[in-house]
Amino acid sequence: MPSQLVRSRKARWSLRYLAIAYVAVLVVVPVGMVFGRAINQGGQAFVDAMTSPDSLHAFQLTAIVAGSAVVINTVFGIVVALLLARYRFPGKRLLNVIIDLPISVSPIVVGLALILVFGFRTGWFGPTLRNAGFQVIFATPGMILATSFVALPLVVRELLPVLQETGLDQEQAARSLGATALQRFRRITVPTIKWALAYGVVLSIARCIGEFGAVRVVSGNVTGKTQTVTLLVDQHAEQFEGGAYQLSVVLILFAALCIVLISFIRPAGARR
Amino acid sequence: MGIAAQHISKQFGGFVALDDVDLDVPSGELTALLGPSGGGKSTLLRIIGGLEEADTGSVVIDGTDSTGVPAQRRNVGFVFQHYAAFKHLSVFRNVAFGLEIRKRPKAEIRARVTELLELVHLDQFADRLPSQLSGGQRQRMALARALAVEPKVLLLDEPFGALDAQVRKELRDWLRRLHDEVHVTTVFVTHDQEEALEVSDSLVVINHGRIEQVGSPNELYDNPRNEFVMSFLGPVTQLNGAMVRPHDIEILTADALGSVEATVTRIQRIGFEVRAELQGGASQPWVQLTRGQAEALDLDVGSVVWLRPASHASTLLPVG
Amino acid sequence: MSQTIAEPVPGRAARRARSSEESRLGAVSGAGLGVAVLWLSLLVLLPLAAVVAKGTGSGWAGFANALTDRRAFDAIKLTVLASLGVSLVNAVMGTVIAWVLVRDDFPGKRLLEIMIDIPFALPTIVAGLVLLTLYGPGSPIGPNWYGTRQGILVALLFVTLPFVVRTVEPVLLALETDVEEAAASLGASPFATFRRIVLPAITPAVLSGAALAFGRAMGEYGSVVLISGQIEYKTEVAPLYIYKQIQDDALAEAAATATVLLIISLLVIASLSALQSWAARRA
Repeated sequence: MPSQLVRSRKARWSLRYLAIAYVAVLVVVPVGMVFGRAINQGGQAFVDAMTSPDSLHAFQLTAIVAGSAVVINTVFGIVVALLLARYRFPGKRLLNVIIDLPISVSPIVVGLALILVFGFRTGWFGPTLRNAGFQVIFATPGMILATSFVALPLVVRELLPVLQETGLDQEQAARSLGATALQRFRRITVPTIKWALAYGVVLSIARCIGEFGAVRVVSGNVTGKTQTVTLLVDQHAEQFEGGAYQLSVVLILFAALCIVLISFIRPAGARR
Repeated sequence: MGIAAQHISKQFGGFVALDDVDLDVPSGELTALLGPSGGGKSTLLRIIGGLEEADTGSVVIDGTDSTGVPAQRRNVGFVFQHYAAFKHLSVFRNVAFGLEIRKRPKAEIRARVTELLELVHLDQFADRLPSQLSGGQRQRMALARALAVEPKVLLLDEPFGALDAQVRKELRDWLRRLHDEVHVTTVFVTHDQEEALEVSDSLVVINHGRIEQVGSPNELYDNPRNEFVMSFLGPVTQLNGAMVRPHDIEILTADALGSVEATVTRIQRIGFEVRAELQGGASQPWVQLTRGQAEALDLDVGSVVWLRPASHASTLLPVG
Repeated sequence: MSQTIAEPVPGRAARRARSSEESRLGAVSGAGLGVAVLWLSLLVLLPLAAVVAKGTGSGWAGFANALTDRRAFDAIKLTVLASLGVSLVNAVMGTVIAWVLVRDDFPGKRLLEIMIDIPFALPTIVAGLVLLTLYGPGSPIGPNWYGTRQGILVALLFVTLPFVVRTVEPVLLALETDVEEAAASLGASPFATFRRIVLPAITPAVLSGAALAFGRAMGEYGSVVLISGQIEYKTEVAPLYIYKQIQDDALAEAAATATVLLIISLLVIASLSALQSWAARRA
């Protein structure tokens, strides 16, 4: 859409190239260089980085932690979005505000907060949980909690506007036609929110796989035990070991895949 | 049989939507709930359909006490003002929805839906999505969808409210003819008195959460119980302190028993109709005539005439 | 001489419609709310309360002491100043990019659009490594900002790049070009049109985006951990400092600084909701 505001070609071009240059210097060139380094180190380095026992374990752990957190947040997100859109109850506005809180809390503070409650020496519930034989901090459950925390609002925030805009007409029509609550959810609600849900889930997956700070604090970062892929990248980079660039390339490609998916989901959702 | 709702009360916060309402809908009839917006008619319909729960009172549908029975087990057909089309399902699947829920055999569903789509003239649109239909077509689809489950009663909440005037009129005739074919007990809510008078077998006027009057359209038009019913069902003017319909005023050229002298202040022609505004004593009545009548009387601004209610006219003395 | 039909009462009808849209909790939805609130309390509220309790556990004086410690104070000061700086830069650059994406057209625009999302989707530690590759030791083009505040700034600029772009874009899209054309036809210069027509319309969105960017920058850890070199008093931002304190088992000191970050987060949230209602009032 050409604009009247910037009529002179010179002004328009300078704005355009300023924007492109800024994004290039900040994003494109650095990302490209990581690819360059990974390619320079050759195919064998790539294979080694992917197949080392530490990497394999890290991939597995990331899948477990991010997978669990995404499932938890998806269920939680659907429940809370339905509650906020369709019911009235005391404290509703407060709930609406608290849902957003995790987005603006530093991942490091998230980790600290979880240690203070679940830490097995001094945490509020730590000793009790330890006596019950249940370890949260420095173990997978704590990492799942930390990851759930940082990605908490993503699904809710995608679903809520769709549910609010759709209203209750279709639900009521289905009710008058004899559909039970479960049938209504499966046949009416899910098809209505599916694109927003897909969008929120992809965002959550990207966010959960990439989580670093909070997981670093609660995991204890033990190689081969509590080390996710992002933690392993950090270790390789700080210790000047090989593998950081190769793992990064995989993560960048995964992030790019998420963005591409999102760019397909967004218009599909908007068409509805 | 039909519908019997008794002692229905409903409040929203502090707002009284329905105040101890009793409603009887005879089996097989087409009944209109008529009244201004916010008067409680939609709430009453939703309570009958089970979409809203009454604070007090009972609903009996077709001889079965349905109070407290959830909407999905009442077997009523409900049609919504904004169609409530299932946007992700084709026209066919929309109509089939209730039958699928009831796990009817596929062949039966196909036959029944095809039959209904023919009935509502949407047979060639079966595979379209609701977004590809016009408003009137969507509402016909919604009607077929409600009829598919062979409901005991059919409830329509301002079914034509979102449509433009032309389509409204078509659908109105069509609903009347459909009802004459299907004969299902039908209640529909409207705030349009013309629609209610034209379509319904019986009329229930509701205002401020109470039923003002019940009867056939003619009964209510001719013998309104109060000022509200009279003015809601049609045009009203005042003659000598009494309320009377402007087409029920006789214009005489000479003084007669019970007539009032008046001077014509304005004459307005609207197609075949002529409206005369007059100044007579303390009131400024207006009279509705045909063009022929006006010409025969040779009416003009400044003409002095005598007015009296026609012999068949219903008049009402306003309270207060 | 209109018909004396009683006027509809839309206000009341609308109110009734709204109140009947939302229903009271039933058994299932009530249980759902219970579980959701319990989960939220266990995951978010209780842990954050624990931070504040620990941070202020030794009383107000202890809290103040932990903060007047020079290292903690320097970390907070650096974090606030750096976050303000990058929010400001990205407020301007984000607006320019949003304008180019909405009102300009050129081959590769779609690619630029995707590049904007990279900082959102990229794991922060990868972002850190990416930036270290170009702006760290062994950079082929020049500056070695490893262990400098410039390094911190570059990392924060990277992670906060999308915020203003993504808040301003929809507002610019909604702002029809005919308003700009009308202003131009009334004799306004391009600059005057921008200042009097476009800028007032997008200001709430720019500020919202800048506030989001500020909040994000205040808490950023993953992308600065590598390039900063983690040098005390120089490149140690608050999250780095808190992490070190946790490692040294100085949980009270960590919690005191974390409490300051939490308070700033709450201020950001409050200003965002104020901005939203301001924008809503003007829309």
